[in-house]
Amino acid sequence: MIPLSGDLTKAKGVKSESVDSIDVTKGTSTLKRGFAHMLKNGVVMDVTTVEQAQIAEEAGAVSVMVLDKLPSDVRKAGGVARTASIRIIQDIMDSVTIPVMAKCRIGHVYEAKVLAEANVDMVDESEVLTPADENHHIWKWDFTTPFVNGARSLAEALRRIEEGAAMIRTKGEPGTGNVAEAVLHIKKVNDELRTIKSIYDSGDKQGLVSIAREFKVSFDLVEETAKIGRLPVVNFAAGGIATPADAAYLMSLGCDGIFVGSGIFKAEDAMERARATVLATTFWEDADAVKEAQKMINEKQSILGLDVKNLELRMQDRGGSA
Amino acid sequence: MSELDIGILALQGDVAENFMSTMMAMNELGIDGSVSQVKTPDQISAVDGLIVPGGESTMMGQLSMVNGAMNALKEKIESGMPVLGICAGMILLAKNSKDRVVGSTKQPLLDVLDVEIERNSFGRQKDSFEAEVSLDAMDIPSFQGVFIRAPSVVKTGSGVETLGKFNEKIIAVKQGNILATSFHPELTRDVSVHKQFVKMVKESKS
Repeated sequence: MIPLSGDLTKAKGVKSESVDSIDVTKGTSTLKRGFAHMLKNGVVMDVTTVEQAQIAEEAGAVSVMVLDKLPSDVRKAGGVARTASIRIIQDIMDSVTIPVMAKCRIGHVYEAKVLAEANVDMVDESEVLTPADENHHIWKWDFTTPFVNGARSLAEALRRIEEGAAMIRTKGEPGTGNVAEAVLHIKKVNDELRTIKSIYDSGDKQGLVSIAREFKVSFDLVEETAKIGRLPVVNFAAGGIATPADAAYLMSLGCDGIFVGSGIFKAEDAMERARATVLATTFWEDADAVKEAQKMINEKQSILGLDVKNLELRMQDRGGSA
Repeated sequence: MSELDIGILALQGDVAENFMSTMMAMNELGIDGSVSQVKTPDQISAVDGLIVPGGESTMMGQLSMVNGAMNALKEKIESGMPVLGICAGMILLAKNSKDRVVGSTKQPLLDVLDVEIERNSFGRQKDSFEAEVSLDAMDIPSFQGVFIRAPSVVKTGSGVETLGKFNEKIIAVKQGNILATSFHPELTRDVSVHKQFVKMVKESKS
């Protein structure tokens, strides 16, 4: 079974109909969160073309994420980054059997509606694109399609879950090929989970009330999360993952799976690297298997990467205070 | 040593949920058994029964080719080990599979269950649904079926028994030691399906 903390059963996205006089319900939290559970221990790969999506599928990706530009190109191009072309998304959906996700801008309800109508399997309300509303994220309970959101802390993660996110990923710092920020974010979330769990275990309700006020989320969601000691939805690592060893490291920190953005298709050995990243994610507990995966790639062909300290654009800050 | 050891194929997917459901099923049946996560041929050879969980069948098939798990699984199932395939697991056990939109693919399959599968048979994620299904042949008159990008069985061989249908589509089958469902019993609190499987494993040992 899956935890349903913070579930909103009467959400608009929950649709009921009757098939042969049997009640059929769509868009429930079990279905949305359950979808994310099926991706666990897998790698979701950023792609921009049908060809890349097919390479990803063949390499063993559990899903592909469609963008107009890979995050490192978004950085270079500047300007406004928007959702990908619907035609490309549809072409990709017609050519791979694995689930297809696509990104929309933070707060951009209509980009999300367009993606949901195009029938993508999950929408990523993403800081990689230029935010449309800095103060409000999308109210995701209105959708039958599930959403994934980025978070740098437990407070951000719970705020997104309260808005209806069915899956969380670390923000990291996208398009940098630098895993440091993703590591920081997952460790912070884990530390904070341990803290609220210990407050729960000590029976200190007032302590949990203080946390709820600090996090700007409901007491119930804090209490239920504290009780189970983990996020009530699947939590993936994302942002800056470039090598098989990066993926294995993040799995070892307790992530449920991996998103790889520019790390694969901006490298010169994309096919091998995609495969190697999947192998390292699956067999992360076996250091020898990770070594074998790491051997499949050539460091000289990795994305060059950026120092995250001196970036002009910190994508992770987008939508963070809301 | 415990009475029974049931493995969950842990390459990818909702392994932990099946782990919990199997533990609960053993508990309710009063069976002193253990559940383990298995990835390698050695681990597979040590278990009395195996669950292939929900997840992505393409990925699981490819990964089980890499470390020899595919052959180990096939051999063990053909020699009579009970196996429960759920959603992706059902696809992986099948002889043939086609995607509703993409058509035939070269995805590796175990080819032990004599059925043809239609992948994503009910549509994409937005059309994933919950509905009550009846599995009378399994003595489960009512079960909350959670269908996530679910497959269905479009053709069955002579040795295959249909256990349940939804909207004219076959969603649960049994062929000797092989049990398969297109919905996810591990995502509900009801462990009836897992209990039936645990019983199958127990009977195969006695």
